[in-house]
Amino acid sequence: MTTHDAPVHDRPTLDGSALAGLLSEVYAFDATLAVVRCASCGHTDVFARATVYLTAMGAVVRCATCTAVLLVVVERPDGPRVSASGAAWVQAPGG
Amino acid sequence: MAVVTRGFGGRRPEPEHEIPPGQFVTDDFPVLSAGPTPNVDESRWELTVRTETGEGTSWSWEQLMALPAEDVETDIHCVTHWSKLGTTWRGVSLDTLLADVETSAEFVMARSYGGYTTNLPLQDLLDGQAWVAFEFEGEPLDPVHGGPARLLVPHLYFWKSAKWLRGLDLMDDEDLGFWEQNGYHAYGDPWLEQRYA
Repeated sequence: MTTHDAPVHDRPTLDGSALAGLLSEVYAFDATLAVVRCASCGHTDVFARATVYLTAMGAVVRCATCTAVLLVVVERPDGPRVSASGAAWVQAPGG
Repeated sequence: MAVVTRGFGGRRPEPEHEIPPGQFVTDDFPVLSAGPTPNVDESRWELTVRTETGEGTSWSWEQLMALPAEDVETDIHCVTHWSKLGTTWRGVSLDTLLADVETSAEFVMARSYGGYTTNLPLQDLLDGQAWVAFEFEGEPLDPVHGGPARLLVPHLYFWKSAKWLRGLDLMDDEDLGFWEQNGYHAYGDPWLEQRYA
């Protein structure tokens, strides 16, 4: 994003807790407690504190610091597809 | 592009009005945004067409407004199953914008303020099939719907009509845009229900 002004009148976004149900289908652990490092800015935090745009096409999870896309979940007819190309790494919560 | 005969305010499809398979008609204009809505002031807005050789041609908002514009009435179809009939737009045809651009490219990556991308074949942007639209229903295009200007390619699913358009990169080889990388169809013909790859 190269514009310098604040975004205008967006619909309310959700925090990463909204991912709990969706990602429980994919990962056995509570994915919202997994730690993710943003590949763009290096910000490292639990998914629960990321910003989530839940759309009818898919869930787009963005870094709370730089707004880069961390994760996309698309619920295809053949099952949910998760792309984490914006994440440098994801660490499952420790036992 | 379908030609629309308006009925009672265009609220319901006439019996002969076909919509693509799997779609329902809505009077609403749902907003689907995968990120923050960019606040792109017209004084800073710029559209750049870059060819496969790297040569760029840019238009400021003032220059875009100086080009001949067209009124377009068309149905639009979202991959999330809604269709909206008889929408009216005003914009500059891609035939006009690309008229003096020398290229042998076959594909285009549309790029938006905010980082969104979507890919299309170049031939789908030509011959009266696509516009850079800046008005919707007679009003300046609202930022939530892609203002100040969005791509309008109504014969494909509406995710191809990139909001907040800032550039068109012409490419020899097909590359995939944002939703296409994430499992949606590379072309997206609503009449063939090309929703997923």
